[in-house]
Amino acid sequence: MATLHVPGGLREFTGGVATVQLDATRVSDALEQLARLYPSLAPHIADMAVAVDGEIYTQPGYQPLSPSIEVHLLPRIAGG
Amino acid sequence: MSPRTFTQVGTRPIRHDGVDKVTGRANYGADFTLPGMLHGAVLRSPYAHARIVSIDTTAAEAAPGVKAVITGADIPETNAKLMLGEGAIDLHDVGDNLLAHGKALYNGHAVAAVAAVTADAARSAAALIKVVYEVLEPVLSVDRAMAADAPILHDNMATKGQPGANGPSNLASRMELKRGDLTRGFADADVVVEREFRTATVHQGYIEPHACVARYGEDGRAIVWCSTQGPFAVRDQCAAILSMDPANIKVIPSEIGGGFGGKIVVYLEPLAIMLSRKAQRPVKMVMTRDEVFRATGPTSGTKIRMKIGAKKDGTIVAADGSLYYEAGAYRGSPAGAGMMCALAPYRIPNFLIEAFDIVVNKPKVAAYRAPGSPMASFAVESVLDEIARQLKTDPIDLRLKNAASEGDLAPYGPPYGPIGLKDILEAARKHPHWTSPLGKNQGRGIACGFWFNAGMNSSASVTLNMDGSAAVVTGNPDIGGTRVAQALMVAEELGIPVERVRPGVADTDSSGFTDVTGGSRVCYATGMAVIKAAEDVREQLKARAATIWKVDPSAVGWEDGRATPPAGTEKAEPLSVADLAAKLSHTGGPIIGRASLYAPMAGPAFGAHICDLEVDPETGRSRVVRYTAFQDVGKAVHPSFVEGQIQGGVAQGIGWALNEEYVYDRNGIMENAGFLDYRMPVASDLPMIETVVLEVANPLHPYGVRGVGEVPIVPPLAAVANAMRDATGLRFTELPLSPPRVLAALEREHEPVGAGTGAGQGGRR
Repeated sequence: MATLHVPGGLREFTGGVATVQLDATRVSDALEQLARLYPSLAPHIADMAVAVDGEIYTQPGYQPLSPSIEVHLLPRIAGG
Repeated sequence: MSPRTFTQVGTRPIRHDGVDKVTGRANYGADFTLPGMLHGAVLRSPYAHARIVSIDTTAAEAAPGVKAVITGADIPETNAKLMLGEGAIDLHDVGDNLLAHGKALYNGHAVAAVAAVTADAARSAAALIKVVYEVLEPVLSVDRAMAADAPILHDNMATKGQPGANGPSNLASRMELKRGDLTRGFADADVVVEREFRTATVHQGYIEPHACVARYGEDGRAIVWCSTQGPFAVRDQCAAILSMDPANIKVIPSEIGGGFGGKIVVYLEPLAIMLSRKAQRPVKMVMTRDEVFRATGPTSGTKIRMKIGAKKDGTIVAADGSLYYEAGAYRGSPAGAGMMCALAPYRIPNFLIEAFDIVVNKPKVAAYRAPGSPMASFAVESVLDEIARQLKTDPIDLRLKNAASEGDLAPYGPPYGPIGLKDILEAARKHPHWTSPLGKNQGRGIACGFWFNAGMNSSASVTLNMDGSAAVVTGNPDIGGTRVAQALMVAEELGIPVERVRPGVADTDSSGFTDVTGGSRVCYATGMAVIKAAEDVREQLKARAATIWKVDPSAVGWEDGRATPPAGTEKAEPLSVADLAAKLSHTGGPIIGRASLYAPMAGPAFGAHICDLEVDPETGRSRVVRYTAFQDVGKAVHPSFVEGQIQGGVAQGIGWALNEEYVYDRNGIMENAGFLDYRMPVASDLPMIETVVLEVANPLHPYGVRGVGEVPIVPPLAAVANAMRDATGLRFTELPLSPPRVLAALEREHEPVGAGTGAGQGGRR
């Protein structure tokens, strides 16, 4: 199971839940499962970047997830 | 990562494009011309906030030499979004920013554009366009924007990230990061410092203005020559905004005279295409400096409240901050990045950082070198300086005690990999600068800074010539010396002299898709593609050697730039690249290596800067007299350009700290839209900026490269302000530290300027 960490600012949409265990094999599946669990969260995670075991991807959809992997959501960052 | 010995990476060859640039032969955006070319001019709003009642272009269209006139009605409104490198951009906002549709949202907002046979004719005709405005109250600060009775810029904008927010509101979004128990954390603190900070709206200040030429053909295809950080980004934005097929647009990038994030979003190119389509002739558009200031991306003015608590031994136990960032006329300030960067250098168990993205009647902000981080760092590093003073501890020791290292959780969530923050702080502490004596009226400050560094999409191709020379082509305009860095990578992989590798920047038809030159990503991500493309060439060369030697390709080795035969092969001597290249026609024909990849973000990088400032108590004018920047760069491929990036970032940060600011009158009209009054530092304003480059390898890159260009603009704001505190005894919380502001504070406080009052600056005791 992948562990997905919900950022503090979005926990209002998860009833305060900070981490979610998800049976997903790639990031897009994990995000879909998360959105199904917390529908009001869905519009807020659509534009987010994702850190998969510490590596940050701005377009992470098909990044594979292995069991026991840590996934963090974070705002996208624009560099100069 | 096992250490690798390099033969060429890490050397300092002369850049391949150097002679053209220093002799003036290099072609920049405004240098291009075509036969029959028209010139475009833009009519801009004289008001900061106004409803556009009507636009009458009749007189302009009838003016001599005028061939086309366009208004917002020529840009179809869309709600689509476009992935542009690191984030999605709202095409509605980009389109509305190109030519206002219903409201002018800042002084300088484009309202109409004209193409005529000369630039003078175009400008004269633009002045004939009659626009009736209903002038509205301008919103010029985050405080006014968030007031209950504030005029609303966008009637349809609700606050993102705030449950129950229905709008309309000038607050575009709210974000937060939190960890631990804030109340308990501050209860554990022996010292708590809280301040409110403000930074001004500042511009990227690239010397070359925005410029382009567009030719729209009878076949419905357009070619755009322009100065940009991202030709593919220009192509895709133009296509989406103008409802064109990207396959019908070719973008050819010119040399670029600075961008710093400000040449990613389009301002002129779609207008030039539309004017060319209407006029059926090529159209050239070049901004004046006044237009660059009024209508292109500054970065956010900010208000930041920051509270940090620490124990007597210096352990930081809690932080609580609120970041209010101006977005300009449309949502999208770098408040979120500021939120993630603010505390990134430190291990803090309890924190809450909230960030607010707020629209105001100023130009829509654009990315500017580590967008959002310098302002947040200014607040945090200033408060830490105060804490060090109160605890009477060395400010480097305080930072070292709390510095993040591998395995610590970043404030934005994931754990750090190998990072060099402690290494650079140790280097700073040992450096002679930290303990050197100060002169009269001088003070010293230190500050740290952080930036993520981007990854994203990159492509590269390497071609081998029959004489054993090579060419490398990517889609990244060369802003900071990336051509020579890429040539070094090819030279390293193939074992040929870097002078025999010709690096090139290709147009959108000639390179694989490549994201922008930005985010400190080119040497890292595109560099990886270049290395892979060179490896591809090397593998093909080994196969050719196998053909020559009649052996299995998998048995061929590669040493010191030569293919080596398997042991026992008869009449086989190692073959160099030149040897093999000479036989290409006999072994299968030319060789091209290629690679395309999507790279994760590059891995965090940190800097620590020491600044010595001298203040004239008679005038309030200050001068940086010594500056040393320490940075973990992962691996310096071409050290001169790494140092140059650091020096450039520092220079911009010093300008931001000391002088630069947009000055508005009460009506929201910018009063200093020129380099005479918008005071950027020039060479004579600055000392030689010393750089200390440390190399803690980034495991995501085969050479360990991290990315360099953005971190160095982060620490200077606080380093300068902390030096000012040391010199004057006054804590300035608002930038810039311009002479009038400093003089007024000195007179108010009646405090003598001493020879390095230096309380708490343990390094000088």
